[in-house]
Amino acid sequence: MTRKVPINVRVNGTKYERMVEPRRLLSDFLREDLGLTGTHMGCEHGVCGACTILLDGDSIRSCLCLAIQADNAELTTVEGLGDIEALNPLQQKFREHHALQCGFCTSGMLMTVTDMLSKNTSLTDEEIREGLSGNLCRCTGYQHIVDAVRDAAKQAGDVSS
Amino acid sequence: MDINTRPKIIGARVQRREDPRLLTGNGAFVDDRQVPGMLHLAFRRSDFGHAKILKIDTEEAASMPGIIGIYTAETLNEITKPVIAFSNMKDYQATPIRALAQDVVRYVGEPVVVVVAENRYLAEDALNEIFIDYEPLENVVDPEYAASGDAVLVHEDLKSNILVAREFERGEVDEAMSSAAIRVKGRFRSRRKTAVAMETRSYLAEFEKSSQSLTLHSSTQIPGIIRDALVDILDIPGHRLRVVAPDVGGGFGGKASLYPEEIVVTALSKLLKRSVKWTSDRMEDLMSTSQAFDEIIDAELGLDSEGNLLALSADVLGDVGAYSIYPWTAALEPIQVVSFMPGPYRLANYRGKVRGVATNKPPTGPYRGVGRPASTFVMERLMDMAAGKLGMDPAELRLKNFVVGDEFPYRIGSGIVWDKSEFSECLNKATEKLDYETLREKQRIARSQGRLMGIGIASYAELTGIGSRISAAPGMPINTGTETARIRVDSSGSVIAYFGVASHGQSLETTLAQVVAEEMGVKVEDVEVVLGDSAVMAHSTGTYASRSAVLAGGAGTLAARAVREKIVEAASLLFEVPAEEIDVYDGLIHVSGTNRKMDLRELARAVYSEMGRFTKEVRENLDLEATKLYDPYFGTTTSASHIAVVDIDPETFKVKIEQYVVSEDCGRMINPLVVDGQVHGGVAQGIGAALYEEVIHDENGQVVTASLVDYLVPSSCEVPTIDVLHADTRSPSTIGGFRGMGEGGTIGAPAAIANAVADALAPFGIEINEIPISPERLYRLIEKARNSEKD
Repeated sequence: MTRKVPINVRVNGTKYERMVEPRRLLSDFLREDLGLTGTHMGCEHGVCGACTILLDGDSIRSCLCLAIQADNAELTTVEGLGDIEALNPLQQKFREHHALQCGFCTSGMLMTVTDMLSKNTSLTDEEIREGLSGNLCRCTGYQHIVDAVRDAAKQAGDVSS
Repeated sequence: MDINTRPKIIGARVQRREDPRLLTGNGAFVDDRQVPGMLHLAFRRSDFGHAKILKIDTEEAASMPGIIGIYTAETLNEITKPVIAFSNMKDYQATPIRALAQDVVRYVGEPVVVVVAENRYLAEDALNEIFIDYEPLENVVDPEYAASGDAVLVHEDLKSNILVAREFERGEVDEAMSSAAIRVKGRFRSRRKTAVAMETRSYLAEFEKSSQSLTLHSSTQIPGIIRDALVDILDIPGHRLRVVAPDVGGGFGGKASLYPEEIVVTALSKLLKRSVKWTSDRMEDLMSTSQAFDEIIDAELGLDSEGNLLALSADVLGDVGAYSIYPWTAALEPIQVVSFMPGPYRLANYRGKVRGVATNKPPTGPYRGVGRPASTFVMERLMDMAAGKLGMDPAELRLKNFVVGDEFPYRIGSGIVWDKSEFSECLNKATEKLDYETLREKQRIARSQGRLMGIGIASYAELTGIGSRISAAPGMPINTGTETARIRVDSSGSVIAYFGVASHGQSLETTLAQVVAEEMGVKVEDVEVVLGDSAVMAHSTGTYASRSAVLAGGAGTLAARAVREKIVEAASLLFEVPAEEIDVYDGLIHVSGTNRKMDLRELARAVYSEMGRFTKEVRENLDLEATKLYDPYFGTTTSASHIAVVDIDPETFKVKIEQYVVSEDCGRMINPLVVDGQVHGGVAQGIGAALYEEVIHDENGQVVTASLVDYLVPSSCEVPTIDVLHADTRSPSTIGGFRGMGEGGTIGAPAAIANAVADALAPFGIEINEIPISPERLYRLIEKARNSEKD
């Protein structure tokens, strides 16, 4: 067993100081060490996007990142968005438009879209589809997700303008 | 309020109750569950397609840090019985499934050794130090070779590699065919697919020391079937084994079978008296989760000069992989290809022949649509080929041959009976939506400009909500035709509806609550729905074969009506008015025409808790609970027409879907939002089947498509906007008028897209007989056509 090294991360605003093996995946660290199981593992190859989180505001694949690489970083996971009794506007739009079925890819979708909308809220459907193309969903055929993102972007745009 | 003007709950676009937890990371998928002290597994899988296991050396691995134990067939198969998928079909050959490969490995990816460790990292470390000596045997990869009799036997104790065979004929096929003015035929190939649920398979067996019992949390579609099977395999009383399907991240058939890993996890938990977890990684998923749609189909269709269908013959060779999967058997997919081939058409003469052949590939099993995506692909290609020969429009040819009006119920050549469904109306609505005539005109202009634009139609019918008359899998002796619901108003006035079926994206928590709420007269948010737990029902199988809305919805309707009657009875005693004067609506119990009312909580208190409200005699017979079983017996028919409009890039051979319409008859809709979502998702998987998805094994049986970079699942850029139109006509043969609709999208799309591509390439005289239509295949077809033009 390899030696463990200390890391400091802030996840959803909470500071964590933990000892981890250098080989430990960030996704495993979040799920197993911190109990933040909202981040899902769909492929461990960086293809499906289910494990997407924000690292210092940018979306990344937590299955392609080691926990030690997140040392001193600010992370946001799906648990850092709205609350089960008070969904945030994006989550609300996903619900209104039936943009999820089994819900497994949903966390990654939300994090990708959170990143997308933080940078641009005037998106064409083509741009939305392009932006979602790194996140696979096997249930919805994407149409309701595109509807939800379009609506959320419009709302965010209306609020900010 | 007048009963007829009350807002309906069934048919409303109710937002899903599953969503808040899933949107906030509070879902409870199997791998999310962590139990203190649980052990983790990793499997060493076969590197060979076909080989004898000579020796397994685990000594070095066993001494590595954190390793609790290492098990092979020698140790684990001792404590687990083989499981056999039985069938009533004549000449069927079963193949026992073991927890771990015994003596021989039969596909790359088959579990051979299992490592138990303190965590997954350590378990995987040890895998590398396990040494296995194999003696390679001939790899039987090509299904025609496998069936030829020249190949070695995949199971040496069987008579041949043909696990299942069937032939039937209705009418005079040869005579009708030889009299046909128009005959079209082809050899069609549907390549192997797999489900790729975004959540890989995951199993956690929790060991409860005090009762020495096990709870298997399984990402399964069929908790009831798994419980019953494991009780036999492990020889454990049913009350000590509970199977729970919590949040499950998609199934599509891939989680509708019993798997060796599921047996191993449970057996080790029982043996070690510890909690044990295994979660598949994606590579394991792509080589060990059941695969499907792997057929070679020779088919011919004969028509008279007016375009009336006269005769059809189909010869299907299905590559079923290495084992006959439990419980569905190897008959599931290939038999249904021939069974559904005649489609929604009037056709007197049909001969179907089918063989399912074992090869050194992963077992095939159910996958969305089962058999019907391939049968529809073939039949609808033949229809278009015939329309071409007749010089008739493809839509017109279909309308001419659809079963209509008084012809229902209609028995097709394979014996399946269609109950009344709107075949013609669906196609007419789809062509209207697209303004079909104008679209054809646009195509003529596009062609004159050298563009490769095509329009493809696919019409199909399917059997859904199958009752006990036949099994959901041909010849399978397990009853899949009934479901039970238990509804209870407890002493706090809460309504809880228990179902045996499981949900893995179908929104059943919401839709079943809608059904129960409407039938009982309560608010939808007041109904708690419990699903997917073998402990709450005496018997259930699960969710598959487009059955849960029909069967669980039907059972829920019956149970809700029974509880409502009890509510009315109790209320009539309490209000001292006749039962006819009691009305239950919106969770309130009224005396009609008065302002006297009470809520369920008051009623429940009176019934259960308050002394002296009823006489002893009344109280003994008065509870607010009912259990009802529903059996639709035959089942019902669901149908649809799909139209795809495609444009092919002449440089890259990429097929772009410009427009897509689904016009379907799923009966009475419970929740249109959910129906649309199911159709979209089904079409997306059909697009994958048509254009992208293919499990490829090389000549050694090695899987070439072992990651999602190689096995291409459609992304948001490959799936177009889909217009969905509904006939919304109640099924005449189910309670509630529901028809099953979870699979249809995947059934229609491959055929519609194949027809559209063939239509786009009509100037080259190219037929599309193989799916997926990859750019490479298209390039070859077009090159071949261009070269033969030059010759």
